[in-house]
Amino acid sequence: MTTPLTTAAATEAAEPAGGAPVTTPAATTPRRRKRLPHTPLNPRPSIPLTLVTGLALLYTLLPLAWLVINSTKDQKGLLDSFGLWFADDVNLWDNITRTLTYDDGVFVRWLLNTLLYVAAGAGGATVLAVLGGYALAKFNFPGRKAVFAVVLGAVAVPGTALAVPTFLMFSKMGLTNTPWAVIIPSLISPFGLYLMWVFAAEAIPAELLEAARVDGSGELRTFFTIALPLLMPGTVTVLLFSMVATWNNYFLPLIMIKDPDWYPLTLGLSAWNAQAQTAGGEAVFDLIITGSLLTIVPIVVIFLLLQRFWQSGLAAGSVKE
Amino acid sequence: MRTHTTRRLLGALAVASALALTATACGSDAGDGDGGNAPKDVKSALEKGGKVTVWAWEPTLKKVAEDFEKKYPNVDVELVNAGTGDKQYTALQNAIAAGSGAPDVAQVEYYALGQFAIAKSVEDLSPYGAEKFGKTFTPGPWNAVTQDKAVYALPMDSGPMAFFYNKKVFDKHRIEVPTTWDDYVAAARALHKADPKIFITNDTGDAGATTSLIWQAGGRPYKADGTDVTVDFGDAGTKKYTATWQKLLDEKLVAPVSSWSDAWYKGLADGSLATLSIGAWMPANLTSGVAAASGDWRVAPLPQWTKGDKASAENGGSSLAVPKAAKNKELAYAFTEFATTGAGATTRVSAGAFPATRADLESKAFLDAPFPYFGGQKANQVFAESARNVGTDWSYLPYQVYANSVFNDTVGKAYVSSTELTDGLKAWQDASVKYGKDQGFSVSD
Repeated sequence: MTTPLTTAAATEAAEPAGGAPVTTPAATTPRRRKRLPHTPLNPRPSIPLTLVTGLALLYTLLPLAWLVINSTKDQKGLLDSFGLWFADDVNLWDNITRTLTYDDGVFVRWLLNTLLYVAAGAGGATVLAVLGGYALAKFNFPGRKAVFAVVLGAVAVPGTALAVPTFLMFSKMGLTNTPWAVIIPSLISPFGLYLMWVFAAEAIPAELLEAARVDGSGELRTFFTIALPLLMPGTVTVLLFSMVATWNNYFLPLIMIKDPDWYPLTLGLSAWNAQAQTAGGEAVFDLIITGSLLTIVPIVVIFLLLQRFWQSGLAAGSVKE
Repeated sequence: MRTHTTRRLLGALAVASALALTATACGSDAGDGDGGNAPKDVKSALEKGGKVTVWAWEPTLKKVAEDFEKKYPNVDVELVNAGTGDKQYTALQNAIAAGSGAPDVAQVEYYALGQFAIAKSVEDLSPYGAEKFGKTFTPGPWNAVTQDKAVYALPMDSGPMAFFYNKKVFDKHRIEVPTTWDDYVAAARALHKADPKIFITNDTGDAGATTSLIWQAGGRPYKADGTDVTVDFGDAGTKKYTATWQKLLDEKLVAPVSSWSDAWYKGLADGSLATLSIGAWMPANLTSGVAAASGDWRVAPLPQWTKGDKASAENGGSSLAVPKAAKNKELAYAFTEFATTGAGATTRVSAGAFPATRADLESKAFLDAPFPYFGGQKANQVFAESARNVGTDWSYLPYQVYANSVFNDTVGKAYVSSTELTDGLKAWQDASVKYGKDQGFSVSD
């Protein structure tokens, strides 16, 4: 019973592979596609451009590859094996366990601190940017131009330049060495506000809001039910930007926080690194590298999850419909 | 005249940095009340209890803090790692300048203590009973924390220098372990010739290492008496050092690897850096950071500048000081004393710290402890011998932290260009003199 079936399947599979004359046009189309003429949208493959892109790819991925490879080595392997290849034994799991438990599990504490700073700081910054951006884009009120000028000016001032004055101010208020010293400055994101403003101006047609008002919807209801969904791509973009900025923030916590119990991961890893540089200190290069890998994993995951929102947001408003 | 100089100094310091401003102000306030502190205040403070914040990076203090809390249940010790070395001193100065956030106890290395003492930003501990420890500590560290009658900190550890060498490498190339610095240069040539990958040691210009070797050679470039400071890198001891080290630099016999970098640890592990002349605290770093080379290394006395000598010097080592801005000074002193003397010191020594107390340094258990890392060698005997041979009349500048920070801009040139080491040291001297004068010291060279 089964034999004829098998043969039929075999001949069917063998037919295209054998290059036998094709009988049905349906089989040809996917194979012999007609070449499209080269246009600006379908450019000729360029060897130099491919090389440059390849180099850029290598430049981006090599450190990541290095990190992954070296987090599988123990201290000994790190010092006596080639940097871009594995040592004899793979200690990844052991390294992760030791990173998480070293010094009474202080790494976990730093991870939770970082999550707190990101959730409160970056989350808060996004909320403020969305509210502010929407208001600036859709409401006319006196002083709007002044706010515009201040925000543009604020974008130009690097956070590093503000760090020391901020420290002195927080010190006067007795807030240094507390999580507030990291969270409060992170709440302010002039760039995020500016982005949301531009985005809101383009993404929400004024006619839509007017229609809502005519239909008797209050301002709050209009914002939550009509504006907010339309603002989603912009919101995610701002959220991503401020999350990455807060996650990677080093300088602000460095000057604000002295108590290791409130360190974010960036400071904690740097403290581990400094350990190797003191008399009687313990060199834990293996844990620093594994810790760095663990530190970037959440950021990579967040990027992958939120990417599609972000992509659709980038081009918004670029074409007049 | 004396008052005049002091006032000028204080004024200049105040202008120069916010630190000095607050510190001197605090100093004069606290100065009036200091006379009333008697040792008994410490006792009642311990009974009353409270919180002591300690800024220190030294890992063995953790156990000491736990023991202290156990012994005095009302006291809560908060150990904070506020960075190491320079980073912590900057943080400490910022906290003092900002007027809040300064710790009750701070770890300060001997070379940096002078700067905090002269600015009066650390408490003189003698009214609390610290002066009675004159015979408890070894002379080198005690000399480093005292000035006239004042005790500005209590020594936590010390770093008598020793010569660490990779026996495997020396044996393989059949080279004798050097006992004089001339032999050392010869060994450097022989090793590098036998295998061009091997260097006798690394050096990219390290102020601490250079001053320590000048110290061993009998050079005394710094003299400090209150605000009168002398900087002179032209003495005979310094010349001995430069003559030898210039040969190593000219013939490129020292590896261009910075100490404490991962490349350094790698070099120590794979045998390409064959020796280290460094403080006796190094075994802890070797054991944890260079585990791969366990059994390869041995310890010997430092090579000598004159054959048959037994000279040594200190390298590194730190003390615990009580900042003037400390909230509960009696409690802070109690912790400082606990951590640096008696049971606290013994706890730290058994956790791997190198003692500054005579009792621990002379104890049989300490001297006879075998080091599996050094193939079972009783290395502490070498270190203890070195501690006895440290020249005690050494002093650092009262602003050594600054001086060390410009070492690479001046002496460092000898490592990367054709500048002679002597000229580099002269440039360092000039920079140190200029800064000192700007700060209101009377400096001569």
